[in-house]
Amino acid sequence: MLSDSPIAVEQHGPELLHHFVDAEQQRDAASLGMWLFLATEVMFFGGMFCAYLIYRYWYYNEFAAGSRSLDIWLGTINTAVLICSSLTVALGVRAAQMGKRKLLVILLLLTIVFGFAFLGIKGIEWYDKYKEHHIPGNSFNVDDLIKDYPQIHIDPRHEQIYFSLYFAMTGLHALHMIIGVGIFMFLTYYAWKGRYTPKYYTPVEMGGLYWHFVDIVWIYLFPLLYLIDRKPLR
Amino acid sequence: MSEHIMSSKFYYTIWIALLCLTVITAAVSFVDLGPLNTVVALVIATIKALLVVLFFMHVKYTSEKLTKIVIVSAIFWLFLLLALSMADYATRLLS
Amino acid sequence: MATAAITTERENYLNKEYGIRSWLLTTDHKRIALLYLASITFFFFIGGFFALLIRLELLTPAGDLVQADTYNKLFSMHGQVMIFFFLIPSIPAVLGNFLVPLMIGAKDLAFPRINLLSWYLYIIAGTIYLHCIVTGGVDTGWTFYTPFSTAFSNTRVIEAGISIFIAGFSSILTGLNFVVTIHRMRAPGMTWSRLPLFIWAMYATSIIQLLGTPVLAITLLLVVFERAFNLGIFDPTRGGDPLLFQHLFWFYSHPAVYIMILPAMAVESEVVACFTRKRIFGYNFVAMSSIAIAVFGFLVWAHHMFVAGISLYSALVFSILSYLVAVPSAIKVFNWTATMYKGSISFTTPMLYAFGFIGLFTMGGLTGLFLACLGIDVHVHDTYFVIAHFHYIMVGGAVMGYLGGLHFWWPKISGRMYPEAWGRLAALLVFVGFNLTFFPQFILGYMGMPRRYWQYPPEFQVLNVLSTAGSTILAIGYVLPMVYFLWSMRYGKIASDNPWGAAGLEWKTTSPPPTFNFDEEPEVTWEAYNYEQIPAPAEVNVER
Repeated sequence: MLSDSPIAVEQHGPELLHHFVDAEQQRDAASLGMWLFLATEVMFFGGMFCAYLIYRYWYYNEFAAGSRSLDIWLGTINTAVLICSSLTVALGVRAAQMGKRKLLVILLLLTIVFGFAFLGIKGIEWYDKYKEHHIPGNSFNVDDLIKDYPQIHIDPRHEQIYFSLYFAMTGLHALHMIIGVGIFMFLTYYAWKGRYTPKYYTPVEMGGLYWHFVDIVWIYLFPLLYLIDRKPLR
Repeated sequence: MSEHIMSSKFYYTIWIALLCLTVITAAVSFVDLGPLNTVVALVIATIKALLVVLFFMHVKYTSEKLTKIVIVSAIFWLFLLLALSMADYATRLLS
Repeated sequence: MATAAITTERENYLNKEYGIRSWLLTTDHKRIALLYLASITFFFFIGGFFALLIRLELLTPAGDLVQADTYNKLFSMHGQVMIFFFLIPSIPAVLGNFLVPLMIGAKDLAFPRINLLSWYLYIIAGTIYLHCIVTGGVDTGWTFYTPFSTAFSNTRVIEAGISIFIAGFSSILTGLNFVVTIHRMRAPGMTWSRLPLFIWAMYATSIIQLLGTPVLAITLLLVVFERAFNLGIFDPTRGGDPLLFQHLFWFYSHPAVYIMILPAMAVESEVVACFTRKRIFGYNFVAMSSIAIAVFGFLVWAHHMFVAGISLYSALVFSILSYLVAVPSAIKVFNWTATMYKGSISFTTPMLYAFGFIGLFTMGGLTGLFLACLGIDVHVHDTYFVIAHFHYIMVGGAVMGYLGGLHFWWPKISGRMYPEAWGRLAALLVFVGFNLTFFPQFILGYMGMPRRYWQYPPEFQVLNVLSTAGSTILAIGYVLPMVYFLWSMRYGKIASDNPWGAAGLEWKTTSPPPTFNFDEEPEVTWEAYNYEQIPAPAEVNVER
């Protein structure tokens, strides 16, 4: 599995760490490491998806009602925002591959902007939930949902479970976004400093993989949380 | 690890596809398909995820088999957690 | 760790640099291994202290040493400290960290700085847990079952949860490092089929750490959220299912026991091969069985929940799967035993531990099959039978594997020999003390003594007294190696590169190794366990 290249006699930058034989081994190690980390993240979010699966199976009506109480426009826009950010990330990696430093910096900055946009919209949604008394706990109140949907039976206690999962899942997702924005701020700084070249852009690529993963989590959260049942009620 | 560089037009195409699928999944949720609503939503989500994994994350073009093994293993392990847990819940009333 | 004791003139990883900064900021996998050695030994004694108090309380049927609430805290913290701060890291973080790069011919692990981060996460987690202990402790059982942990316990559940959450990340990063290292950094000629079985088992362990620990992390986080923010995910009054917690918890915690035993099996293969001077019988089977244990180990978790309220049909499925998971372990035992047949066996300290491991692990494993049987489990679940079962595996198996490994590689790690006579005495004390402590517990459990009880009916006293007596012998057996290992660092006989005449790349470099492990990158042209090419050293008594 080792590279076939001879021991590097030609110059290697300070980025080649001494315990690696050559740059290719270092890059392959970084890539495998990041993919394994993403696998652990799949299992991390997966625990919550398991809880979601079971409670949706038990409390479908409450999940449907809770889902309807979310703003589908904001959810769809946020999904689009993340998709745009994935585009800028992919184009950014390409810019690094081509050695286009300024373009890379712009794309990284755009990604950060999209990230903040997502978090801002998420903040608005959470604030709406707060105003509507849909945050689990002592001030939880879903009389509005029960009133809006008299034809389905909604147990307010079970409704708390939907919203508990809503906040846990979107909260942890948002935390990962914040970490992602932080990582991209570092990447932007080093990109601006000229650290990334066509020969060495591994951090950009690895940061990109992380960002795409966070996007994929949202790709699933969106239908599972927002689109459970939007059929017009008779 | 892709060595060849994709055209930017390629990325824009994937981007448009992802946006379209987003609009479609939101719109379809208003149509009554019975139990199929969930299936359609998850299928669309999976297509979107595949587009991101294969093209934005370059997995389609990597020569590294290990990457694909890691991805498949992660998904399979999640599936194990979900399936074996559900096996309990789905059969409780039968007992 | 004192480095002044080493008197070898050659530069090695211990004498290359002195001073506390060179240790606390090291990225050398060997030094990090020693940092872990010191820390996990510390937590071993903390966990052992709780065990001592438990055994003292159980000397008498009445609850007279501590109050009931305190007793709940003692067994909870004994379990959590021993599992999360001793057993899970033990062999991987000490022997694994030290040996994986050496065994494959690499200069270090793939991510040395992440390795150091992993240790610091462990230290942070440990510090938080110590704070938890001194500010009131945890009384939920090591298992944190809801709704007691989320709604009713008045102890430091959030703190303990966060502490173990962080420790989990330490474990994940170690596993990640090993998998990448083994895939990407093997020396030329070191093909997968030439790898020592230690590496195969550590690889399998790392897979479990990567795929299982995140589920524990999210589960503990949800418990913390529920307590802190009043979320209702496990709350029965809001429709939550306590069994959901158990499913998520055991999805990790069952594979966790394989994280604890596979590394001991790793050591077993190396020690048995060396002290029978033979290639391990059935190399492919032993290698594949490690992977099989890792995979099957994820399919059996609900056997911890047979009487908790899961459906009978899923219980049947999990019962069958639990029988299946024993098969790869049995394969290993058969292969180690077959290795010994017509081998040149020498009864050194590591080999004594290896013998003890095979016997005790087998007993623990077989009693696990009793528990996998639904009918029997109904009777012995939550009794001392279960406690005896898992201590046979975790102490009779994993800890003896750890001690055997420490002795086997001590010359390589420190450049010194430990005193062999004391080593054998300690091994004997551990074996005798262990059996006296835990065998009576099988009987107690079968007779019906429940676990986690602070008082018990008088007819159980004799066996409890025997158990406590055994634990004192066991304690001496554990303290002795600490004393003579430390002694050996200054006064021990200086070790040669390969005092045991063992196979493996780690024995082809100096004892202790230089910082970058090998003076020249090794190129492997021989199969693993090529004992026919390695002469037995004079120091090791060869007995037929």
